[in-house]
Amino acid sequence: MTLALETIGLTKSFAALRASDAVSLQIEERESHALIGPNGAGKTTLIGQLTGEIIPDSGRVHLFGTDVTQWSVPRRALHGLGRSFQITQLCMSFTALDNVALAIQATQGHSFRFLADASKDKKLNDPARDVLARVGLADRATIEAQYLSHGERRQLELACALALGPRILVLDEPMAGMGPQESARMIEILQALRGEITILLVEHDMDAVFALADRISVLVNGTLIATDRPAAIRANEQVRAAYLGTEAH
Amino acid sequence: MQLLIEQLLNGLQLSLTLFLLAAGLTLVFGIMGVINLAHGSLYMLGAYAGASVAAKLGNPWMALPSALLASALVGIVMEYLIVRPLYARDHLAQVLATFGLILFFNGFIAWAVGRPPIMMDTPAALSGFIEILPGLPYPTYRLAVMGAGVCVALGLWYIIARTRLGMLIRAGSDKRDMVEALGVNIAVLFTLVFGLGALLAGLAGVMVAPIRSVQVGMGEQVLITTFVVIVVGGIGSIRGAFIGSLLIGMCDTLGRAYAPILLKLWLSGSIADGFGAALASIMIYLVMAIVLIVKPRGLFPVGG
Amino acid sequence: MGLNRSTLLAFLLIAALIAVPFAAPYIGGNYIITQATRVVIFGIVALSLDLLIGRSNLVSFGHAAYFGLGGYVVAIASFHLANDIPLLGWAGSNEALVVWPLAMLVSGLAALVVGALCLRTSGVYFIMITLAFAQMIYFIFVALKFYGGDDGLSMRSRNLFAGERITNATTFYWICLGALALCLLVQWRLIVSRFGRVLSGGAANERRMAAMGYSIYAYRLVAFVIAGMMAGLAGALYANLNRFASPDMMSWLLSGEFMVMVIMGGVASLFGPIIGAAVFLLVETSLSGATEHWQIFFGPFVLLIALYAPRGVWGLVRGGGK
Ligand SMILES: Nc1ncnc2c1ncn2[C@@H]1O[C@H](COP(=O)(O)OP(=O)(O)OP(=O)(O)O)[C@@H](O)[C@H]1O
Ligand SMILES: [Mg+2]
Repeated sequence: MTLALETIGLTKSFAALRASDAVSLQIEERESHALIGPNGAGKTTLIGQLTGEIIPDSGRVHLFGTDVTQWSVPRRALHGLGRSFQITQLCMSFTALDNVALAIQATQGHSFRFLADASKDKKLNDPARDVLARVGLADRATIEAQYLSHGERRQLELACALALGPRILVLDEPMAGMGPQESARMIEILQALRGEITILLVEHDMDAVFALADRISVLVNGTLIATDRPAAIRANEQVRAAYLGTEAH
Repeated sequence: MQLLIEQLLNGLQLSLTLFLLAAGLTLVFGIMGVINLAHGSLYMLGAYAGASVAAKLGNPWMALPSALLASALVGIVMEYLIVRPLYARDHLAQVLATFGLILFFNGFIAWAVGRPPIMMDTPAALSGFIEILPGLPYPTYRLAVMGAGVCVALGLWYIIARTRLGMLIRAGSDKRDMVEALGVNIAVLFTLVFGLGALLAGLAGVMVAPIRSVQVGMGEQVLITTFVVIVVGGIGSIRGAFIGSLLIGMCDTLGRAYAPILLKLWLSGSIADGFGAALASIMIYLVMAIVLIVKPRGLFPVGG
Repeated sequence: MGLNRSTLLAFLLIAALIAVPFAAPYIGGNYIITQATRVVIFGIVALSLDLLIGRSNLVSFGHAAYFGLGGYVVAIASFHLANDIPLLGWAGSNEALVVWPLAMLVSGLAALVVGALCLRTSGVYFIMITLAFAQMIYFIFVALKFYGGDDGLSMRSRNLFAGERITNATTFYWICLGALALCLLVQWRLIVSRFGRVLSGGAANERRMAAMGYSIYAYRLVAFVIAGMMAGLAGALYANLNRFASPDMMSWLLSGEFMVMVIMGGVASLFGPIIGAAVFLLVETSLSGATEHWQIFFGPFVLLIALYAPRGVWGLVRGGGK
């Protein structure tokens, strides 16, 4: 069994607060794994340590068998880690197409090209259009990101991550703030990816989590309290007490 | 040995002057997120207000209150009229606007007072020398300046560490909402802090007025040195401003005194003088470069 | 509509720049040519600075240093040749096709070293540090008494251009205009290229760019060096215009004025910075002609631009926008 992602005793404190407390998580290749936990549990902090934005106080991160703990964010991205942010991070003055084309360009490794017009570059635009079509934004390609709706921006975030051709996709609440229709669409898109690439999904929407996850991990106060199949997690008393019970919709 | 002690004292004095400026600048940046190039102008205004009032009244003691009053007043008006709209703007707009202010103040002083440097008398009581070691006289005024600098530094530390205003200042930098929830009018707090920074700059200006010549443009050179201090110390940190001031003040003073002498050990006289002068004047920037390589966010980085 | 108006403005600018030598005999002769040459040279600097400020969101407050370095390279090369003092075995040179590229090289190298340090930081640190290092370079030249120190260094004559003497102000103007055209062309291609996209992506959202695998530092450093080289070329031209280089060419004041030009004209626009340079010099010369204390009026003018017209002339003409 190869692991797509493995963390060993990841610990991170902010002043007196332990946002990650010896988190050891294992995600298999092509697994669809959900990470849930109440607000402030430390999910985003954990993701930050996986992607390299946050340096852990101690512990290690392995990506496809390689120790990447010391790696920079861009290096991990090029190693196959695509991500979306909880708070949308896009180039707002770029069109949807150009946002995705930037991601495509990153995979082609030819960015020190100084003369040719990139906006007319078929090698960038054609694959970018394909990705936009996959997330359902084909007809919004020429709109600047700042004029897209919230839901569309979330889709564009996903497109930027997908365009990297990642081996693992790390998504921080991709459905936050979406209407039911947009959520359904997002679930559909992720369903299509399921089994094709590894997915780590942070999400509060339990319907989405149970629809998409092969396994679920529960994080409370920086500690992983359970990792199991959805059915087992549903039945887990500790989880119910710590999380589902308090956060039931 | 005597030279060394004298240079150390001179270095300390420069450090304290720099600290007065750096403290205000770093507070204003740390709390309000504004980069204020016109901070050097407030220093210049303090010096000019002090020197001209002292000359008019024939009483050098009047220099101090008039400098403090003038700089604080100008600072407060400046905050209210010009800096306030800049809080929400990017650094580029802040730099440009306060650059415009520098031009204005320099033009204004040149018009009102004239371009030739003016001198300020030392109060008679402070104009002598004190023998600090047997055979080593040192100007009384410089000692007084140092004493005042140390007192202000301690006072500032007390305000920030121990008072309610200080608590608000410390909180204000990253927790605007919290401060407002405490029922404090953040606009007033900002004006106060800006006024305090202006006051300190004016104080620094009037204190060096009898030692250096008072002239248009005096603020900018010291402003850039203050930037070096802040970058070395870490922006927003008063402790960083203090340590940075000491480091840069000492480096600059000792560098100017000793770089040519040291170079003479390796190079012939005239070449050593030439290079020595160049080396001495860029010493502080080299220190900054080294700090940047080792700790890009300064010696005492604030936050994350 | 908006697009048409800005295209029109660009055409007007180009037409005006080309018309200057033809109109000059009727409107002030060599004085006008000299002023127009300054506009063109400062236009090159402003253009290069906009690559940093407008395109990369890097507020460099030390651009005059590279401008001044370029000027000094030319003046020093000519000094060594004229006085028959070899510089490390090199006799010096007065040939533009040698010393102008050399000026670009030296400025580019300085930008490489300074940029490598400054770009480790961002935001307000970057502003302060670029300013500080420019001041350092300034002080080095003030202390270099051998090359005139404070007083600067005069050139006996302008550089030869491919062996020909440039005696005529108009000829020199055409050369400068050619240099500007070249820089415009380079900058335009740079901006639309893959490289330029990464730069503006980094300006728009650094976190997103990192997450997509871009190490933005390297791109910014290259931009910093290119901007430094262009400023160096402009400095070489300026030293030729005045037959003189001095530390004033590196002063923080000039760095600030370059920024004013960029913003006054319009950040992140190809022609805006050149218009900015023109407007700046126009306002400066007319104000300073009217009163010795022109800064009293110019300061508030700059302030008002910062507060109320951050998109500059270009932004006003194009209309709308934020
Ligand atoms: N940079 C920081 N400095 C200080 N505290 C932080 C920082 N980032 C996060 N925290 C704190 O760490 C804890 C975990 O935050 P985190 O954002 O990881 O939670 P989360 O599980 O993603 O929550 P949510 O569901 O609301 O997104 C919170 O209490 C938060 O306030
Ligand atoms: Mg979160």
